[in-house]
Amino acid sequence: MTALLELEDVTARYGPIEALHGVSLEVGEGQVVAVLGANGAGKTTTLRAISGTVRREGIVRFAGRTLSRTGPDAAARSGIAHVPEGRGTFAELNVAENLRLGAYTRRGSIRDDLARVHQYFPWLEERRNQQAGTLSGGEQQMLALARAFMQRPKLLLLDEPSLGLAPLLVTEVFRIVKELNEAEGLTVLVVEQNAHIALQAAQAAYVLEVGRVALSGPSAELAQHESVRRSYLGY
Amino acid sequence: MRVRAAGIGTAAAAAVVLALLPFALSAYHQALAAQVGTFFVAILGLNILTGYTGQISIGHGAFMAIGGYTTAVLSRDHHTNLVLTMAAAFAICFCCGLLVGLPALRLAGVYLALATFAFAVSVPQVPLKFSKYLGGSGGVQSAKTVGHLWLYGVSWTTAAVLFVLAWLILRGRTGRAFRAVRDSEVAATSSGVQLPVYKTLAFGISAAFAGVAGSLFVMGTNGFAQPSEFGILLSLQILVGAAVAGLGSLWGVLAGAAFIGLLPTVSSDVPLIGSTHGQDVVFGLIVIVIMLLLPNGVAGLLARLARTRARGLNRGSI
Amino acid sequence: MSALAHRIGLRRRRSDRGVSLPVLAALAAACVFIVIGCLSSNIFAEQTVAGLAQGAVYASLALALVLIYRATEVINFAQGEMAMASVYIAYQLLQWGFSYWEAFFVTLAVALVLGIVIQVVLIRPVQHKSVIAVVIVTVGLFILIDGLVNWKWGGDIKFMQAPFGNKLYHVGAVTIARQDIGTLVITIGSVLILWILFQYTKLGLAMRAAALRPAAAALVGVRVDWMLAIGWGLAAVLGAVAGLMAEPSQFVLQPTLMQPILLYAFAAAVLGGLESPAGAVVGGLTIGVFLNLVGQYVHFITSELRLPFAFAVLLGVLVVKPTGLLGRGKVRKV
Repeated sequence: MTALLELEDVTARYGPIEALHGVSLEVGEGQVVAVLGANGAGKTTTLRAISGTVRREGIVRFAGRTLSRTGPDAAARSGIAHVPEGRGTFAELNVAENLRLGAYTRRGSIRDDLARVHQYFPWLEERRNQQAGTLSGGEQQMLALARAFMQRPKLLLLDEPSLGLAPLLVTEVFRIVKELNEAEGLTVLVVEQNAHIALQAAQAAYVLEVGRVALSGPSAELAQHESVRRSYLGY
Repeated sequence: MRVRAAGIGTAAAAAVVLALLPFALSAYHQALAAQVGTFFVAILGLNILTGYTGQISIGHGAFMAIGGYTTAVLSRDHHTNLVLTMAAAFAICFCCGLLVGLPALRLAGVYLALATFAFAVSVPQVPLKFSKYLGGSGGVQSAKTVGHLWLYGVSWTTAAVLFVLAWLILRGRTGRAFRAVRDSEVAATSSGVQLPVYKTLAFGISAAFAGVAGSLFVMGTNGFAQPSEFGILLSLQILVGAAVAGLGSLWGVLAGAAFIGLLPTVSSDVPLIGSTHGQDVVFGLIVIVIMLLLPNGVAGLLARLARTRARGLNRGSI
Repeated sequence: MSALAHRIGLRRRRSDRGVSLPVLAALAAACVFIVIGCLSSNIFAEQTVAGLAQGAVYASLALALVLIYRATEVINFAQGEMAMASVYIAYQLLQWGFSYWEAFFVTLAVALVLGIVIQVVLIRPVQHKSVIAVVIVTVGLFILIDGLVNWKWGGDIKFMQAPFGNKLYHVGAVTIARQDIGTLVITIGSVLILWILFQYTKLGLAMRAAALRPAAAALVGVRVDWMLAIGWGLAAVLGAVAGLMAEPSQFVLQPTLMQPILLYAFAAAVLGGLESPAGAVVGGLTIGVFLNLVGQYVHFITSELRLPFAFAVLLGVLVVKPTGLLGRGKVRKV
């Protein structure tokens, strides 16, 4: 299985503060990979380093090519969809406009993509004129996924999808992520604090601590790992 | 402690230079230097308001107009001593500032800026309407005109006095309250700072300073107060001076005042430029370039230099 | 599938619209008043139409200001002077033998390019550093353009060909000038074209997204910086339209042409709410009509007091509704 995404010794800083101290990881094509860790471990920063939202040093290789250090719009054009903390929803615009924006980098007709999206999220069609900011948390998360899907990316970067959602919704969100991965072949790198559900959904995972990779491996292994169980799974 | 000693030392040195300077200058240059002093006072006022309490005002030309007309009218009608008229201007503009500051409490950021801009544009129209008392477009002529040396002396003495006044206000409890307001209104209120009082006070003080600058301005234009002198361009000039000065530093104010006081006339001496319009082109260009290079004004530059020097000192001591 | 989600998280919050009910009611009442006035008095009707035409010019420039403010939170003090320079460019084209409408459209194209260039060269370097710095750059630009125009063409009055002539129409007993209708058509037409661009095209959507949420826009692939540049270009075009329509009859051209209009445009933009394009248009038209009617019927308000009066009213509105008539309530109040 080829690696779709490779990070080699990536560091990132916010002004004078270094948040990542040399992170290396790999995401295979067609995989779902999780990044776990406590608050402040650098999980969000890792995603930001990949999409170019934050300045980074080190090498990021995507689909065989090195990503240059330009802004997030370049990453989007290369086929990376980043759903950030806060979901990146355009709250003032309506649902339909949010979806159209998701497809911004695509040329040609997006009608087929819209149809697929409506299959996954039928309620989006009825609510297409509703202002996105008035959707509930769970609906906004779904909208974010739908928007990312409209981009037809090769890689989906998901930042803490479970944040602020009730457990039933979290399960639903991850179910859809798995379906997108299996049915559409979408590679996913998901950052999560909810280690339990992340390990269930992912084939492999990385555990970050203070800006470095502390552990990595197949999910099944990690789920049994002593320190992971104690720190992140609660038993 | 070291900084304060350096501060007082520089201030003393500056005072000595200023006191001796006029004797080395021609009358024309004395007048120019007096004008710089005038702008110094005006920018100082604006700095107190915007730099220290964060309320943006583009209306100080209006307060200058009020101060200037106070001087001219008092002089014309009552032959009042000119220095006394400055005190009157201070008092009157302080009250006007309070009056403006009260409704300003309801406005934030750019809305406040535009409201004050509106004020600045409207005030010069008042003498046109009430031309019987305020001279209309013909203006008001003071009873007495002053010599260049006298004006230089009064301008810079006033500047020094007001500088010290500003310094005293800003280092005390009021100044701390001002800075608290600028940095976070929510935090300031939670700490017991009564916002309305301090914000309005800042407006009053700032306006008073501008009023005195207006008096000096009128004295500098042959004692003649005219609506066309106090148009938008004046408020914009003060604003540019304050931006070049950088907000929050009393020393940058001197740089800002020198910039707007000297540049137009200096550039007209350069042979290529000549006409007034050439001056404007140069002035505009230089303003733009300065802002591109020094977005935080001279104050920002000084702060950066201080930081580099501090870092250098630290490194040296290891 | 997400019927589950549907069942669980459904609490539709009321969207925070900018237009509150009292404001709408007041505007509706004003419209009714105007209509009744027009029907009862010829002079009223004539002043209203003239006021609308003038107001449309203010609205166009106000819209330019709002476009830029929405995208970059900056007040472009040079907007009026940029518009004035555009008019001089049109003047020059006419001197070179172009027909009026040829000159008109070429000028708009030049304004578009100039707006983009100014944003890229002068604004982009400072826009992230300090808001004050950007404002001062626009002030410097104001002075620079003023100087350049005076230097190249001189400050004396020039006469320019007028697009609409002096023809008068008679609707019943009311006299309406062709130029007023022409002004209204052109300015409102430009605003409509722009509206269509923003609402119905991909580019317009991207520009709105870049203005509202630049970080999120970048993530979906929008080149935010270029969207801002195009925004400046379009604002410059609106300004040029305002300038060209500023005196549609005997066109008297001098460098101070746009200065009073800029002030009324500021008033209109603030009145309507700085973040509201619709507000800018409504504000402009309102000020135009209101000032004309007041000037006609209230004798204390002579021409010198027009400007202070407009601002007094503006300040009055701001005291009651600090973010303007159609603005969203974003006032910081502790």
